[in-house]
Amino acid sequence: MKEFQFTIKDPAGIHARPAGLLVKKAAQFQSAVTINGNGKSADAKKLIKVMSLGIKQGMEISCQIEGEDEQAAFEAMKSFFDDNL
Amino acid sequence: MEKYTGKSVLKGVAIGRIYWYHKQDYQVARTEVADKEAEKKRFAQAVETAQEQLTRLYEETLARVGEDHAMIFDIHKMMLEDDDYLDAVNEVLEEGLNAEYAVETAQNQFAEMFASMDDDYMRARAADIKDISKRVIRILAGVPEDGILTDEPVIVVADDLTPSETVRMDKNKILAFVTVRGSSNSHTAILARSMNLPALVNTGMEAGEGLNGKIGVVDGFRGEFLVEPDQELLDEMIHRKNQWVADLEALEQLKGKDNVTSDGRRVDIFANIGKVEDADGALAADAGGIGLFRSEFLYLGRESFPTEEEQFLSYKAVLEKMGDKKVVIRTLDIGADKKVDYFNLEEEENPALGYRAIRICLDRPEIFITQLRAIFRASAYGRAAIMFPMVVSVAEVRRIKEIVEQVKQELSVERYPVKDVELGIMIETPAAALISDELAKEVDFFSIGTNDLTQYTLAVDRQNQKLESTCDTHHPAVLKLIKMTVENAHKEGIWAGICGELAADTELTETFLDIGVDELSVSASSVLKVRKAVRDI
Repeated sequence: MKEFQFTIKDPAGIHARPAGLLVKKAAQFQSAVTINGNGKSADAKKLIKVMSLGIKQGMEISCQIEGEDEQAAFEAMKSFFDDNL
Repeated sequence: MEKYTGKSVLKGVAIGRIYWYHKQDYQVARTEVADKEAEKKRFAQAVETAQEQLTRLYEETLARVGEDHAMIFDIHKMMLEDDDYLDAVNEVLEEGLNAEYAVETAQNQFAEMFASMDDDYMRARAADIKDISKRVIRILAGVPEDGILTDEPVIVVADDLTPSETVRMDKNKILAFVTVRGSSNSHTAILARSMNLPALVNTGMEAGEGLNGKIGVVDGFRGEFLVEPDQELLDEMIHRKNQWVADLEALEQLKGKDNVTSDGRRVDIFANIGKVEDADGALAADAGGIGLFRSEFLYLGRESFPTEEEQFLSYKAVLEKMGDKKVVIRTLDIGADKKVDYFNLEEEENPALGYRAIRICLDRPEIFITQLRAIFRASAYGRAAIMFPMVVSVAEVRRIKEIVEQVKQELSVERYPVKDVELGIMIETPAAALISDELAKEVDFFSIGTNDLTQYTLAVDRQNQKLESTCDTHHPAVLKLIKMTVENAHKEGIWAGICGELAADTELTETFLDIGVDELSVSASSVLKVRKAVRDI
């Protein structure tokens, strides 16, 4: 399993638009991708779950990736957060 | 005549016949079905049709108002693909119940979850869940989509409008929107703004069929909706509407023009902003720069101090947006009257005269240093200037400059690229205005904060509504202090601007130019208005 921490910098947090993009990104991989933050946890491939985390600017999240393509997924998710959130 | 008040989304006037937009609220019945599998298939087909409709809406909206607003329909499509949502529907279908009922059950379950969240933006997602569910239910039940049947343009009055309803309406047939509920953050409000239509939301009025065909007036300036006004009032409103349209056209013409009087005197007109996105509005309004970037947004509405990195990204975003235009960032201006729990400020008898702004920063330099580091790091990405609020003495300015030097040295050791940054102070206390000759020797510019300067000069609490008439912003004492400050600035060869509300007061524009004010910083919506006032001199 791979894991990274990230502090949300986007002033609006993980709002509708980046949530949509995030789910699309996670769906490209076979590995299970889980986002933990704001005291909750969500499957990153499920839009409504990700939105319902209510993650805002300044919150720290952790992203766990587990599966066969976890190395590639880890790098893709990490750069997605860096670029979009 | 009836008169209602609501929250205005766009300052404008519309006059025309009222169209009561009544949603055909399809009543969902709960029935048992004989063939579970056939019902699941019927549901899957309805979802497919809904996806096709959403793809069309996405493309239409993209063409009409752009990617930002079209995105919502892409999100709707993804919500309709969401496993949790589909599972919730299928769970009910598995019990042998009809698809319409199953969708409504799932809708209520998810809408309630979003509606209970502590975040306005997320609460608005409850409306999206309802929007996609209603779409599927309409398709299942064979109910046609609601639309507006009218030949002449109308004022649309509705209980509330979903994003897809708002977008689907033919813009050429709409003069204005009035909704009974809704917030100024809703998509309806945002779309109305982007279509440049006057709109009032949250009127709380009792609306119904009875309104149909009546003459209505939407007054976005006063936030009023008039139904069947008498002829005299109607004539007045027609006059105001024509005035609005003419003013709008005249102001549009001023974009790209210089702020110069007929006798050749010029002044900078900048915009005041309070968050990163506001920079877009400032650019759209053709502001020459940002004269006041309030940094409080970084500190309010959260539970801990913003980190250097977070602040850096916000300042950098604004500096990059503004390009080679100047951005004056005001350091933290917080005190006991603004609630920020993690600062642990004590209750005060007189918060306006208390522990606030630069007084906190100099007392707790760790907070100040974090903010200064973030601003100096961001300075590499544009043309930053910094100003410090609530200064009353030369000693304070010297202490500030020591801390600034320390920060710059640290950053240089850490090899951060840093540009030259102008350092200025707010002149908002009579003390600062009276010693502005000495202060001018210490800094690169002055920015006069007229709201506080008036309050402190006249000893009038500006929050106290009973004192509104005493709070005379044109008081000669205030104008004398402004004049003294500007003259002292010029003696030392530095510039002086005004960033309080008074800067947008066009009755004083000529006075300010006579005094020699170099810059006026106003809300984005006032930039062109003030430019016009300057050019009319």
